[in-house]
Amino acid sequence: MEEKDLLTGLRTALADRVLGAASPFGDDTLVIRPAALREVMDVLRAGPYDFTMLLDLTVVDFPDRAERFEVVYHLLSISRNRRIRVKLSVGEANPAVASLTPVWKNADWLEREAYDMFGVTFDGHPYLRRLFMYDGFEGHPLRKDYGLRHRQPRLPLRKA
Amino acid sequence: MPGNFIATRFNYMLGWARKFSLFHYPYITACCGMEYMSAACAHFDIDRFGAGWTRFTPRQADMILVVGTVTQKLAPVLKTVYDQMTEPKWVIAVGACAVSGGIYDNYAVLQGIDQIIPVDIFVPGCPPRPEMILDGLLKLQQKIQKQEQDWRWKKKTS
Repeated sequence: MEEKDLLTGLRTALADRVLGAASPFGDDTLVIRPAALREVMDVLRAGPYDFTMLLDLTVVDFPDRAERFEVVYHLLSISRNRRIRVKLSVGEANPAVASLTPVWKNADWLEREAYDMFGVTFDGHPYLRRLFMYDGFEGHPLRKDYGLRHRQPRLPLRKA
Repeated sequence: MPGNFIATRFNYMLGWARKFSLFHYPYITACCGMEYMSAACAHFDIDRFGAGWTRFTPRQADMILVVGTVTQKLAPVLKTVYDQMTEPKWVIAVGACAVSGGIYDNYAVLQGIDQIIPVDIFVPGCPPRPEMILDGLLKLQQKIQKQEQDWRWKKKTS
């Protein structure tokens, strides 16, 4: 397979699971349907693509969009020295995507962080619980509608 | 009158003894710890001012140096450590984060440790130079010297 045609090849292989593909600033990016996440990732993880590393998993909040949360995955293929970015969008009403812990083990904590900060849930995650914030913390602090100076102290403060 | 004179002198001597024998507990959470390490080690040498004994249990410490960012999640730990220290005890907040939250004006960080424990000396800076930490220590020594000292058989006025 030609190295230059990674996205073209993937579009053909994945057919209608892909919503769009582009290379902004030279970074190959694939936008996919949320329901097809596991299938797409299984394809990327195996076979000729060999994206063995999940480098990062994060979420971007676009409050003005109908599908508000954009989940972003960064993958690295060590054998082919290629990187790819996979994006999908989910709405606020049911922000659930499939968990990738069966595919990459390190997705465990990354998904817990994404859940903690944005409230996106991951179906099939073994132990989806807050990673950074403490027990009793309400809301998800990196959402754009979380108050900028909203504090949830664990102890009574000595002064306001 | 001689009784008052003796009490005042005793208070002065106790302050003198206490200010030059501070056992400190380093409560270090962040990058300011590097500056604390230089202050504590041979180059700047905090031992010159009688605070060379680092105790790694708060029960043996007189002074706690809170160095670095304290988050809301960590606040109960700091409070517990402070409560475990035996009287008399003093607190130095080292660095912008411990003093006021510093650049972290957000959901996660306590906006100054004085929101949960009383602080004697604030040492600002991001990070403060070791000289500033030593200067804070000297300021604390002056404060201790001037304080009304409490001791075991002290006559209680109230």
